[in-house]
Amino acid sequence: MEKRITFKGVWLPLALIAPQIVITAVFFFYPAGQAIWQSLFIPDPFGLSMTYVGLGNFEFLLSDPFYRASFVTTAIFSTLVTVVSMGVALFLAVLADRLIKGSGTYRTLLIWPYAVAPAVAGVLWLFMFNTRVGVITWYLGQLGYDWNHVLNENEAMGLVVVASAWGRISYNFLFFLAGLQAIPRSVIEAAAIDGARFWTRFRTIVFPLLSPITFFLLVVNVVYAFFETFGVIHTITSGGPQQATTILVYKVYSDGFVGQDLGSSAAQSVILLALVALLTVIQFKFIERRVHY
Amino acid sequence: MKSTVSALAIVAAMVSADVAYAQTEIEFWHAFTGRLGELVAEQVDTFNASQSDYKVVESHKGNYSETLNAGIAAFRAGEQPELLMVFEVGTATMMAAEGAVRPVFEVMGDDFDQDAYIGSVKGYYTSPDGDMLSFPYNSSTPVLWVNRDLLQANGIDPDVDLSTWENVGEVLDSLAAAGVDCPLTTAWQSWIHLENMSAYHDTPFATQDNGFGGTDTELAFNSPAQVAHIGAMGEWAQDGKFIYAGRRNEGGANFRAGECALFTESSAGYAGIKAEAEFDFEVRPLPYWSALKDEPQNTIIGGASLWVMEGHTDEEYEAVAAFLNFLSSTDIQAKWHQDTGYLPITGAASEATREMGFYDENPGTDIAVIQMTANEPTGNSKGLRLGSFDQIRGIIDEELEAVWAGDKDAQAALDSAVERGNALLRRFERANN
Repeated sequence: MEKRITFKGVWLPLALIAPQIVITAVFFFYPAGQAIWQSLFIPDPFGLSMTYVGLGNFEFLLSDPFYRASFVTTAIFSTLVTVVSMGVALFLAVLADRLIKGSGTYRTLLIWPYAVAPAVAGVLWLFMFNTRVGVITWYLGQLGYDWNHVLNENEAMGLVVVASAWGRISYNFLFFLAGLQAIPRSVIEAAAIDGARFWTRFRTIVFPLLSPITFFLLVVNVVYAFFETFGVIHTITSGGPQQATTILVYKVYSDGFVGQDLGSSAAQSVILLALVALLTVIQFKFIERRVHY
Repeated sequence: MKSTVSALAIVAAMVSADVAYAQTEIEFWHAFTGRLGELVAEQVDTFNASQSDYKVVESHKGNYSETLNAGIAAFRAGEQPELLMVFEVGTATMMAAEGAVRPVFEVMGDDFDQDAYIGSVKGYYTSPDGDMLSFPYNSSTPVLWVNRDLLQANGIDPDVDLSTWENVGEVLDSLAAAGVDCPLTTAWQSWIHLENMSAYHDTPFATQDNGFGGTDTELAFNSPAQVAHIGAMGEWAQDGKFIYAGRRNEGGANFRAGECALFTESSAGYAGIKAEAEFDFEVRPLPYWSALKDEPQNTIIGGASLWVMEGHTDEEYEAVAAFLNFLSSTDIQAKWHQDTGYLPITGAASEATREMGFYDENPGTDIAVIQMTANEPTGNSKGLRLGSFDQIRGIIDEELEAVWAGDKDAQAALDSAVERGNALLRRFERANN
């Protein structure tokens, strides 16, 4: 049963959606269209000349094994960031939901990291793990572990994942906590009376009822990991060591703004756009089926 | 009505007065902050106070890459400054931008004495005919920094000969045997250990005189000389004798804290090391391999130059010429050299600094000048002029990291860097032909 609200006439609904349409057109359709157009050329940086190359930029990119490897890096990075930030957030939300005293304080403190910009978060984590003066590096050294993300690819990946996920945990935590508090107590109490333990209640009642929130966060976090983690990568590793942390969006930046290769950069944006659109379609088609609203 | 007319008259009078006494104002965009930013502002203030016809307005636009991007974006929007600071790796990009930049020698006019400038400094920025295209502003060259205390504490004579890498290798052995955690570290690995290493041994970094001959250049730094050097460095890295700290100048923190015995870094590191090091340090010439060459050639510069952008009036170009002449004047240039540790751009400024006794009071500050000017530059040691070079350096960084980590041998890494870099050079050639 769906409720449909119908308007009489055309102008009122048009006027109501116009602001959204205009914003989308100016900030999305226009730049996206420009990117698609530019991806067909090799321009010089100053815009003095443009050479039409058709799909040449895409051929150049896809024949580059390092660009193809960047897809795998991005997949690993996005999966880790999403799983870590959502997993930790859910865990903390469940704990905070059970708190009776002081829950307000905990909630406020847990939300703080969201206010930290990704680039700043990157610098904070970089300081703690600095190979020379980092606090955590020093403790690891005491335990006999030689931390060196400057040369060790796995450590570098771990560090950028933690730094990217950290601020995101707050955001996810807020949504999970709101979701948990919206679950009627009576349902959980009824299950408890029937003898269901915490874990059983969580698995069979709480988690399914949270699924709309989880699904929403999944989509949003994947988009975050794909696009907004640029600042963290830029400050911590610049894509290194070797190419261990060069994710797709970082390569868009470095080819476009370090290399002034705007054709390749535009082509990469188009590929990235298509990839994220595809992922979102997949998420809605296959995962949303399992969501109970 | 009457009041409106008189108001208009006043406005008109003000406007005309403004025109009558107007100074020609020019914009200068640069990438300096901190102490260097203050020194730039000081230069500009001195210039503005020295005359009343022209006024230079300096603004900081971010780091080197960001400043270049700001200039490019401004040009596309028709809002470009008269003077734009561009780091040396952006030289080929700027040179190729005919119609966006105006060569410095044209701006300076007929009585511009290009011979007053030190050949190996300006050489990076001249046309094949020797005409100055951009104005060398801040230039430095790599040298070897030595922590004398750390050598002495580990039973090594601090005056030990470190002129060749062979000798350095022996000292590294002794340091490692004595248990020193960081015998050698470096900043700017591609610039020092490939670009300068090639020039210093008169070996091509790229074909076509390192790109000076045309955009159809190909990288050539995978020849036996460079492979031998990177191979040796790789072995030192595996043995814990060479500590890799990062792609930029992260190693500087380790050296300044007194942890590292030897450090290859720009001569412009002087101010920072002098301010922070609580040990006896010394500047030595960059080592060379005596097995490869009897005498080293010359090193090449890093840093930035000032490009004059197109699209301004004749008066504004006169102002630019006046400002560049001011920067070249001996007093200003000598002061800049002494304050910053950057190389002097004129022979006169270098002479004046020597006569003032600055080199005697600050031993080692002339090493960079001597190292640069000892020999007349060859086609292999004039500089580098490669498109997309900032990105090629990124590729070199990646491949060298593979060597330091022990994942690749030197030959494989350099072959791969050459192949990947050549692909970018071909794209640059297409974009600019």
